[in-house]
Amino acid sequence: MASHAEVVHVHVHTAPTGFIRKYVFSVDHKVIGIQYYLLALFSVFLGMSLSLLMRIHLVWPALHLPFTPGGQMTPEQYLALLTMHGTIMVFMVLTTAPQSGFGNYFLPIQIGAEDMAFPVLNMLSFWTTFVSLLVMVAAFFVSGGAPIGGWTSYPPLSALGEIVGPGQGAGQTLWIVGLAIFCAASLLGAINFITTTIDLRCKGMTLMRMPLTVWAWLITAVLGLLAFGVLLAACALLLLDRSLGTSFFVPGGLVVTDQVITWHKGGSPILWQHLFWFFGHPEVYIAILPGMGVASHLLSTFSRKPIFGYRAMVYAMLSIGFLGFTVWGHHMFISGMSPYSAFAFSLLTMSIGVPSAIKTFNWLGTLWGGQIRFTTSMLFALGFVSLFVSGGLSGLFLAQPAIDLYLHDTYYVVAHFHLIMGVAAIFGIFAATYFWFPKMFGRFLNERIGKVHFWLTFIGVYSIFMPMHFLGIAGHPRRYADLTGVQYLNGLIPVQRFISIAAFITIGSQLLFLFNFLWSLWGGKKATEMNPWEATTLAWSIPSPPPFDNFAGHIPTVYRGPYEFAVPGARQDYVPQQLTPAEVATGEVSSGPTVKA
Amino acid sequence: MPGVVADEIELQIGANRGGDAPSRDGGGDGDRGDGQIPAYRRASVTGITLALGGILMFFLALTSSYIVRRGVTTDWQPVPLPRLLWANTAVLLASSVTIEMARRALRRGAEDAFRNLWALTSGLGVIFVAGQLLAWRELRAEGVFLATNPSSSFFYVLTGLHGLHLLGGVIALVYVALKSWQGSRVGQATGAEVAAIYWHFMDGLWVFLLLLLTLGR
Amino acid sequence: MRKRKACKGSTPIAAAFAVVLVALTVITTYLFVAKTWWFPPAITDVGHEIDAQFMRTLWITGIIFILAQLGLAWVIFRYRGRGRDQRASHFEGNAGMEIAWTIATVTLFVGLGLYGQDAWAKVHYQEAGAGALQIEVTAQQFAWNFRYAGPDGKFGRIKPELVSASTGNPVGLDRTDPDGKDDIVSPIIGVPVSREVELVLRSQDVTHSFFVRELRLKQDAVPGMLIHIHFTANQIGDYEIACAELCGLGHYRMRSLLRVMSQVDYDQWLKETAANQ
Repeated sequence: MASHAEVVHVHVHTAPTGFIRKYVFSVDHKVIGIQYYLLALFSVFLGMSLSLLMRIHLVWPALHLPFTPGGQMTPEQYLALLTMHGTIMVFMVLTTAPQSGFGNYFLPIQIGAEDMAFPVLNMLSFWTTFVSLLVMVAAFFVSGGAPIGGWTSYPPLSALGEIVGPGQGAGQTLWIVGLAIFCAASLLGAINFITTTIDLRCKGMTLMRMPLTVWAWLITAVLGLLAFGVLLAACALLLLDRSLGTSFFVPGGLVVTDQVITWHKGGSPILWQHLFWFFGHPEVYIAILPGMGVASHLLSTFSRKPIFGYRAMVYAMLSIGFLGFTVWGHHMFISGMSPYSAFAFSLLTMSIGVPSAIKTFNWLGTLWGGQIRFTTSMLFALGFVSLFVSGGLSGLFLAQPAIDLYLHDTYYVVAHFHLIMGVAAIFGIFAATYFWFPKMFGRFLNERIGKVHFWLTFIGVYSIFMPMHFLGIAGHPRRYADLTGVQYLNGLIPVQRFISIAAFITIGSQLLFLFNFLWSLWGGKKATEMNPWEATTLAWSIPSPPPFDNFAGHIPTVYRGPYEFAVPGARQDYVPQQLTPAEVATGEVSSGPTVKA
Repeated sequence: MPGVVADEIELQIGANRGGDAPSRDGGGDGDRGDGQIPAYRRASVTGITLALGGILMFFLALTSSYIVRRGVTTDWQPVPLPRLLWANTAVLLASSVTIEMARRALRRGAEDAFRNLWALTSGLGVIFVAGQLLAWRELRAEGVFLATNPSSSFFYVLTGLHGLHLLGGVIALVYVALKSWQGSRVGQATGAEVAAIYWHFMDGLWVFLLLLLTLGR
Repeated sequence: MRKRKACKGSTPIAAAFAVVLVALTVITTYLFVAKTWWFPPAITDVGHEIDAQFMRTLWITGIIFILAQLGLAWVIFRYRGRGRDQRASHFEGNAGMEIAWTIATVTLFVGLGLYGQDAWAKVHYQEAGAGALQIEVTAQQFAWNFRYAGPDGKFGRIKPELVSASTGNPVGLDRTDPDGKDDIVSPIIGVPVSREVELVLRSQDVTHSFFVRELRLKQDAVPGMLIHIHFTANQIGDYEIACAELCGLGHYRMRSLLRVMSQVDYDQWLKETAANQ
């Protein structure tokens, strides 16, 4: 038996061989991360196509659009697009790419682990997510089409079947089932992320030395673990109401187009809202927290300065995560809920603005006194800060029930959540992509195209979503398939037209990104250096792309925090986490793939 | 001469012990000679605990739905709980005892005792589920079905979902017993520990659900 | 050592970013100040209070918005990289500042929220007075119907099986019930000016939402529930009612009219509507 001092390094899993094991059913967190990212990439273009069709139909309803059998788009087709757009974007893009995509790839690397704690479970999580996407998209192709109840799927509309609308039959069932499968996949993923972060950190990687991206992924995973079970329960009950005659959410005595519904009694539609939003509010923090982590990471790296207030940033994210579970009622001020509970939810919601504000101050503090390098990823990180401010501030109106009385279910809400989720979180994904692409693929994304992509997108998204606030203030309700019903909308149609044109241009600009992404995979400038951005975390101490077990058998030891930039007296303006004090002092680095001169 | 023993692969995490950086946590605590890596053994226990957290939230959501639904409705009819449920509960509690005995037997190295007690636990688990199905049959015979009234809906939903999770537990027990643990990152003892934690939780969850159904009747 | 490119090119991009942020701030501020697309005037007293709270919130968030976006623009430009050999300042935080702006934000945000409770209380904590005009609002796919109790002041029974839009009984009124004989059902809602009105919202099928901009009032109509809200309109005119909760394919055209009239006109209107039952 070998003694401890002479133990041979045998890797936990040997390098996979064969195309299927390497790229399809891989247990390597890096491959799985890329798979999630590609799923998100497909989904975001699908989601954008749906919204483009929506925007065109709204302001040019006479146009015959593709994918609308029968010529002009019907209201139910519009609502189906709307429902699937929201669902696909929230779940298949914002809940996958930032967390399961980049988190899967970089969490183990950033903490000095060779893989996630449960690699097989990781693979299962991805393929389960993939199945859920297939099931959801299948809703488009069944008789009746996709459901029309919005991504929030409130019963009784979502519970009564086709008598309340097209798409509410098989389409709605597939939607619920797909979502339930997604819940299961997310729970599995959350378990992996939390366990890995708690148990597999390398020597020296204390909690307070973890990059803020790791903190963000950890907190996000905790939110997911606690929230998705609730959505799963809600889906189960809704399915029972639909198919087995229970009445959890559907009261009795209903009449739909003169037909009395006799097979339901006593249920509460508001119960669904409580269950859904108890999940739904943490969900939006799941969507944004990784982006906050990335923003902090990049702002520090490209200002060449430590993050301002590392501890405060951690506490702020923890507070946001915790408070995020207490505010769900602010989606329900008008629902018939007790007005006293409404007020309590309101105060909690106003409070959650505090840690968000602290993070914003700290981002500004990080930039202050910096030497800013304007890489494309940094541009997106800076854009994230601006968008987070805009989207977050509009929330202060909605958090007050007296004001929400008017703004609820208007375009004001659409503006708010798009700015914060549909744009700020997306900018987090873009920033991460431009930053980590060279590490993942050994090639750079083209910076020039990237910058054009940034400017068009940044100006574009503000052009789309800023005007929507005014539509809401003017009382324009949301989820309207047609603008000719309510008369007071007439004066707002020019604004809608402006928004549609801006959307057309902005969505078109994303093709630049797609082209850049696909082209650079094979033709991008090679990333021969391990650390082109002169960053400090462990990812930049290994080759691009990394070996299958990340550290080629040499797990690093960490000696300092993740944002040691501009350290007084240091030779360079950055000190990587894994350099020993001796290496820092002498400037001589021991050989091995983990360090570079 | 260092070599790799065929039956026990010794693995090290964080063995690159260069430098004098203090570390309060993180891996690298080496092999304890039982063929397992402490970090991964810890991870298995962390993992199952977290999984139980997720499952708990699932059942808490159903519990709060139960409480809310009971409060809003006028059509709540108490479900006559079959007496069989109490017998089933005894079976499940007994199985918690046997699984605990099995786990400790394995730790001691008493392989035969482990195998027998483990099989006994699985058997008790199957008996429990069968008993639940019998209880369902009793209720159906009395005309109480899933959609009869909200109280009965919750009865079937809660017992059904718990039963499904317990069946999953039985499958896990069989897996732990039959799997070849050679070449694995953790030993059978850890697998047994993980399964036992899950099992005890399902036991406790059942007691909680039974109390809920009884008191909330 | 590798040759590094000098970081001279950061001025144009930093300037461009700053310009875009400034333009964003200026345009957004202008649009909010000019009120090009804005609330219609409120026609209730509580509506004016809600507007006042909105303006308070707008002032505070507006100032924060301007400071934050311009602040971002300024740091981006001022601290643009001057060369790879230049070092940034090294500071890791400032506990004093953290505490200060935490206290400031908490006070500001929570204070603002507490201040707004007044208006909310007036809408929801207080019930309608005893003499309020009672009107039942029935929402269905995709129409609004409004029921008045008639001279006897009592609402008759409603039976789901009697609902038949085609034969003129959209709310399912049981005309055999003596209380319901004189009930008046109308597709639009008429109210006398300056009289407190209590609406009882109900829905026949799915969740809808009653929304009138000028009242600054919105309330979901939830199946299985009877939800009470109240208002006092103090300006004569016609105001559009829109549905504000997705209820199916006709959600966008589920509209009606709130007609606020003088007492004389209201009595006349009610009489005419009753005659058409």
